[in-house]
Amino acid sequence: MARLSPENEAIAREILSRYPRRRSALIPLLHLAQEQDGYLAEDAMEHVAQLVGCTPAQVLGTASFYEMFKLEPVGRYVVNICTDIACMLLGADELLHHAEEQLGVRAGQTTADGAITLEGVTCIAACTEAPCLQVNYRYRYRMTPEAFDQLCDDLRAGRAEDVPPHGTLATVRQRIPADRAAGPADPSSGAEPAWMKGASTGGAA
Amino acid sequence: MAITDAPKIVTSRFRYDDAHTLARYEATGGYQALRKALAMPPAAVVEEVKAASLLGRGGAGFPAGVKWGFCPPGVWPRYLVVNGDESEPGTYKDRMLMERDPHQIIEGVLIASYAVGCSQAFLYVRGEMALAQERIAAALNEAYAAGYVGRNILGSEFSLDIVLHWGAGAYIVGEETALIESLEGERGMPRLKPPYFPAAKGLYLQPTIVNNIETLSNVPWIVANGAEAFSALGAETSKGTRLFAVSGHVANPGVFEVEYGVTTFRDLIYAPVYAGGIRGDRQLKAFIPGGASSPWFFEEHLDLPLEKVTVDRAGSMLGSGAIVVMDETTDAVRACHRVVRFFAAESCGKCTPCREGTTWLERILKRILDGQGRASDLELLLDVADNISPGITWPPKQTTICPLGPSAVSPVASAIRRFRHEFEAHIARNPKASGAVDATGSGAARPAALETPVPFGGHHG
Ligand SMILES: Cc1cc2nc3c(=O)[nH]c(=O)nc-3n(C[C@H](O)[C@H](O)[C@H](O)COP(=O)(O)O)c2cc1C
Ligand code: SF4
Ligand code: FES
Repeated sequence: MARLSPENEAIAREILSRYPRRRSALIPLLHLAQEQDGYLAEDAMEHVAQLVGCTPAQVLGTASFYEMFKLEPVGRYVVNICTDIACMLLGADELLHHAEEQLGVRAGQTTADGAITLEGVTCIAACTEAPCLQVNYRYRYRMTPEAFDQLCDDLRAGRAEDVPPHGTLATVRQRIPADRAAGPADPSSGAEPAWMKGASTGGAA
Repeated sequence: MAITDAPKIVTSRFRYDDAHTLARYEATGGYQALRKALAMPPAAVVEEVKAASLLGRGGAGFPAGVKWGFCPPGVWPRYLVVNGDESEPGTYKDRMLMERDPHQIIEGVLIASYAVGCSQAFLYVRGEMALAQERIAAALNEAYAAGYVGRNILGSEFSLDIVLHWGAGAYIVGEETALIESLEGERGMPRLKPPYFPAAKGLYLQPTIVNNIETLSNVPWIVANGAEAFSALGAETSKGTRLFAVSGHVANPGVFEVEYGVTTFRDLIYAPVYAGGIRGDRQLKAFIPGGASSPWFFEEHLDLPLEKVTVDRAGSMLGSGAIVVMDETTDAVRACHRVVRFFAAESCGKCTPCREGTTWLERILKRILDGQGRASDLELLLDVADNISPGITWPPKQTTICPLGPSAVSPVASAIRRFRHEFEAHIARNPKASGAVDATGSGAARPAALETPVPFGGHHG
């Protein structure tokens, strides 16, 4: 797959402009690349390396540390079933087992039609709503086997409207209007902020 | 029971479906605290938060106002980094605040940055939280348009960009120095303290304040209502209110805002207005009081108030405000293994006692669960635990760069001390259990004899 499209490169440049150091934009730009291709394609990672000013190896080094970045193509929908303690107590293992049977894959695999990748994951911060899962990072609470089957039907029929294809992280982006931007704070500037000048304690009382 | 009618501080707008919008936020007193703060000298705002005795809600419970005063004088610029990486099993509160009242967080960030003199703020939100990302992005866009964020805020000299930053899935990034590494585009591995205390050498090695989402959500209320009103709530060493998530085998799991230090575990677990008791009228077996890394509590701890110092003294911690309840049907070994498996998967791999030790703990527990345990395994578990956290004491001693390693020791020590017979029963299922050990003559298999370990899920190492 490809480098970032001109459209995405424009978004990338906007994101880059917010950070004091380009390298800080690496993870957000990797998300952008993953949004474009559904996973991290090699060309896209090289392009991101150029944009943030580091080597492709450094990009891979960072990308491979984080669970969300997929270095190989995955299904259109990634279903993450939490199997940590709070969910385990309320039947998460049974739910994952049901999902494996139903989809005919083991956790970590993608269905033959390329629709669904199933994963067992660590806590997704919905412990009071156990057992729970995420599909492309959209929550489904208090799941039952029946609700799981329904979800799979809906996904395959394109009926799960709140779930964008894998890679799309957030459907709303931050935009900092140029006329309102304070601008990034250069770490080497040594600049004392205007409102602190003359504040006797330097804010460190 | 001490169920008080303390006002809701951080969840006051949760009754509105549109609490995340600027219109609702302004209609319910929003951004008035910012106006008030901007009329005060920055140092006076720091003093106010100090006087409120607001303890950090991210886990360690350090007073926020005191932390704000730690930046070395005269070193500029300073940064504010907001920790929205919530991912410790049992913990669910920050995501709720991000999704349902994002402007409250933004106002807290603005006031904190004004008070400390931070030139830029970064809101680091866990990548898996798509709705939180969207709600905060929308709120920031509204707040910029309305003049609350950006250049010359509300016509003052105060200027600040708040940048919403995406995480990408790694529990360890919740540790503040790992969070900073990640924000610099690196693998999220903790830095050594000292010298890398963020307040002195944080983001880009500049003074940096790292605060939790819930901590900052309290700040607008404190400035609006005054430190006195805040510290009038709660117990002597735990002021205000706090969010607690109660999950597991309870009738009504949920996240509750209660008066800090007054409400007891029994109140929270059994009161009909809170978690409503153990489901199916079963008996309590154990509960995790403060997130997966805290030592377990039992029946005899139920009447302790949810108060930092009391719980610390009783041998555990309130940590991230996450109570996981286990009923009598729970297999203690399975529960212990599940918690340890998390830390083994999430170890960043930087230091040996944690990387190797958590992996060994997980594998030994797994084989016990699978009926392959050996009579020597309990001593072996404790031996490995002792290597990660010498003496297996509370608070833990650390041989590691960050507290993650010792976190895996808590469930092991808790479960073996209390439910040794359950471990032994599992081990007895292995027909070769005692024979294998006697045959070695040493009484203990060495960790090196284990197969090459492959931790579940994570791939951070
Ligand atoms: C392994 C580990 C994970 C942590 N995860 C989080 C987290 O997800 N969110 C958080 O706010 N603090 C977390 N912390 C605590 C942070 O290091 C830091 O103390 C906190 O963000 C400071 O904010 P506070 O003073 O407002 O509580 C974690 C600490 C450790 C050691
Ligand atoms: S204790 Fe574990 S998680 Fe923390 S720095 Fe060491 S290896 Fe990484
Ligand atoms: S344990 Fe499953 S969401 Fe937290």
